Amino acid sequence: MSEPNARQGSPDKEPASEEQANRSAIDNTERAESASVPGGAGPRPTLGRLFLENLWAANTFTVTLLSLVLAMVVGAILMIISDPEVLATYSYVTARPSDAITASWTLVSEAYANLFKGSVFDPAATTVNTALSPISETLTYTAPLVFTGLSVALAFRGGLFNIGAQGQATMGVVLAALAGFLLPLPPVLHLLVAVLAGALGGAIWGFIPGILKARTGAHEVINTIMLNYVAVYFLTWLIVQNGVQDPVRTDAISRSVDASAQLPRLFGDGLRAHAGIIVAVLATWAVAWLLNRSTLGFELRAVGANPDAARTAGISVTRTYVLIMVFAGALAGLGGSQMVLGTTAAALTPLVVAQIGFDGILVALLGRVKPWGVALAALLFGALQAGGNRMQSYSGISLELVTVLQALIVIFIAAPALVKAIFQLRAARTARLQTSLAKGW
Amino acid sequence: MSTTAVPDVAVTPVGAGFWSRTRKVGLVLLALGLLATVLFGALATGEQARFTLSEDAAGAALKVDGTVGAIVFGLITLAAGGTMFTGLPRQWFIPVLAVGLVAFVLSFLCWQVSAAPAGQNFMPLVNIVRGTFLLALPLIFGSLAGVLCERSGVVNVAIEGQLLMGAFSGALFGSISGSVWVGLVAAAVGGSLISLLLAVFSIRYLVDQVVMGIVLNLLAVGITGFLYERLMQTDAARYNSAPRFSNWEIPLLSDIPVLGPALFRGNIFLYLALLLVLVIHIALFRTRWGLRTRSVGEHPTAADTLGVRVLGLRYRNVIMAGAVAGIGGASYTLALFSFTKNMIGGKGFIALAALIFGRWSPSGALLAALFFGFADQLATYLGAINSVIPGQFLAMLPYLATILAVAGLVGRVRAPAADGKPYIKG
Repeated sequence: MSEPNARQGSPDKEPASEEQANRSAIDNTERAESASVPGGAGPRPTLGRLFLENLWAANTFTVTLLSLVLAMVVGAILMIISDPEVLATYSYVTARPSDAITASWTLVSEAYANLFKGSVFDPAATTVNTALSPISETLTYTAPLVFTGLSVALAFRGGLFNIGAQGQATMGVVLAALAGFLLPLPPVLHLLVAVLAGALGGAIWGFIPGILKARTGAHEVINTIMLNYVAVYFLTWLIVQNGVQDPVRTDAISRSVDASAQLPRLFGDGLRAHAGIIVAVLATWAVAWLLNRSTLGFELRAVGANPDAARTAGISVTRTYVLIMVFAGALAGLGGSQMVLGTTAAALTPLVVAQIGFDGILVALLGRVKPWGVALAALLFGALQAGGNRMQSYSGISLELVTVLQALIVIFIAAPALVKAIFQLRAARTARLQTSLAKGW
Repeated sequence: MSTTAVPDVAVTPVGAGFWSRTRKVGLVLLALGLLATVLFGALATGEQARFTLSEDAAGAALKVDGTVGAIVFGLITLAAGGTMFTGLPRQWFIPVLAVGLVAFVLSFLCWQVSAAPAGQNFMPLVNIVRGTFLLALPLIFGSLAGVLCERSGVVNVAIEGQLLMGAFSGALFGSISGSVWVGLVAAAVGGSLISLLLAVFSIRYLVDQVVMGIVLNLLAVGITGFLYERLMQTDAARYNSAPRFSNWEIPLLSDIPVLGPALFRGNIFLYLALLLVLVIHIALFRTRWGLRTRSVGEHPTAADTLGVRVLGLRYRNVIMAGAVAGIGGASYTLALFSFTKNMIGGKGFIALAALIFGRWSPSGALLAALFFGFADQLATYLGAINSVIPGQFLAMLPYLATILAVAGLVGRVRAPAADGKPYIKG
């Protein structure tokens, strides 16, 4: 810690693994895609044959899908063992197995059907509003996750692990809300200022670990974890201050954001989907451009792949680290700002940011730290969240099951070798599935 | 910790040039001392600040005039800072720093206690010490779990999850069986289950250990929350009414003033925590197992060459760490409260902070945990006397202190060299 120079070029870094890491970071998942591109010598196999071959190979898509299946199987087991009535049928399972099987099937299939109906489409829907409602809910939950996921993914590509998306989102929500109810501004401008304030809040909270990392070598994982909690305590302190707290309430809730600073709804007043999702798509495009097409993106990926080589090539590693964290923080702050400017809530409460920062880490990993992958992963997580609400109210299955599913999916994704072994998958032709860089404190 | 430090900024090596570490810390102490003397001295009232040796206002007490106390202790901090600034031998660094900081805290307390509402100008030391240890308990267990893991080269960010799982299974199986001891064992097993996942995925499948830790925390929150709603909320009498350990009074020791009632009338977890710190400290630095653990954490290749089974040792230590953290979680559900959703609420991360602040050593972790516990208890106390200092800022203290420590502003913090790096044989 104190002697950042001391460990440079440390002798026990094995060249082989370092080389691997270098490769993995830049074209980490690009390789996975090239799995479907035939290469090498020999007769060119037909497209259909290639498709079949790759279907059961350990490529990104198959592993992701099978991870989802595995997670749902574990989820089903949890549902069954926690239901006393269904469990009772297992006491005589050898005598009448049909009872146990029917009861389990009814429980699990109903729960997962509700998960689907709550997030994608409910066949029983009669009006346009009820038909659109699941999608609208899914998009509402997706929007902030896209931002926090992008925040974590961007930092990952630069070789930094941003666990602080939660704290950055918290500071984002604080500044966005303050701008939302303290500044008297005309409608469009007010919204713009509030959104930018959110980004600024996150950026400040990202700058701190960035500059500490660059100046002192302090590990960003530790600092971002600590800053998460500092942000939460700051929020709980701020809420009860005069001018911030809702004057008619005695509990910890702030004033509400003015209507002029709220994001417009997409499908009319009856549905919750708001313009945040459009901003999220734009942000995904912007991050993709930044990473793949801009000079900064190149420097960022170079630093992430190998800081020593990047420095030798004349890239300022300190500057890049600070910039990465500022950008990552701003993205997370934008995600946080949606929690009060969107339709989820209009006022600050201690739990206003929910889990979006931590979920963002999962989303980034599931999206293989690529911008559009992150957007898709956020969509899946948003759908799980939206469907989980319906599952809770219709089947009485706790919303916590969604957390379990999300965590399990990412565990399986992160260990493709396990999925490969369970399903006896063929080795993918060129795919690399290692999502994470093994890196110490 | 500095594996990816950035050398293209001129970082002055420690001890070189005029602005050595001692000087910088001395300067900080001087500033603190000045703040204490002037600000605390001015704000303190002439009331007597009484530090009673009991649980209430009655009984013997250490008395000091508020203003005088604040100024005198502030001057002591100033003196410590001054000594440090003008230079002093290395071995005096820690003692002088400690004197300076303690005097600063005392000056602060003199101000706060003397400025409290009339009739409340006392601080019951027994309560404070007992509360400090009580609040530090999960931190001690958690950071010991961190020590066991990280000293053998596996980063343990999953402390939160291990504590939570321990608390949950302790409550569940304690309730079902009606026995505290079954609960205690179940808690240890529950904590080790999370640890086992951490071990398998990070050692066998080479998943990034920080990633795995974060995901496992979420998994633990999810599983315990899910089962809590399904089982404990529907039938609390059956699933969430674990018996509790009573307090055990140790005959002679419990008569020591202040420390006696606070420390030696506690429950099994308090004694277990202190015992574990001692045992792990001795084991880590005095036994063959300890030497091997440390070597595996610093340089696994060398250890392997000498015939140490690197992966086996890592598995064993990580699982033991889970058991320790699990028992820490049970110190809630088998002694104080019944289980509630996400009841650990970030204590696991403070334990991680304590581990880092305590420089990856058991005794350091104990001191750090006690410091953080004290900050927590002080926040409660200041809230009770309507202090102008918001409790939230005191609650931030552990986290801010850790950031400062990691940034190298207060002392040196260095993780085991191979911490977080998977070992691939060959």
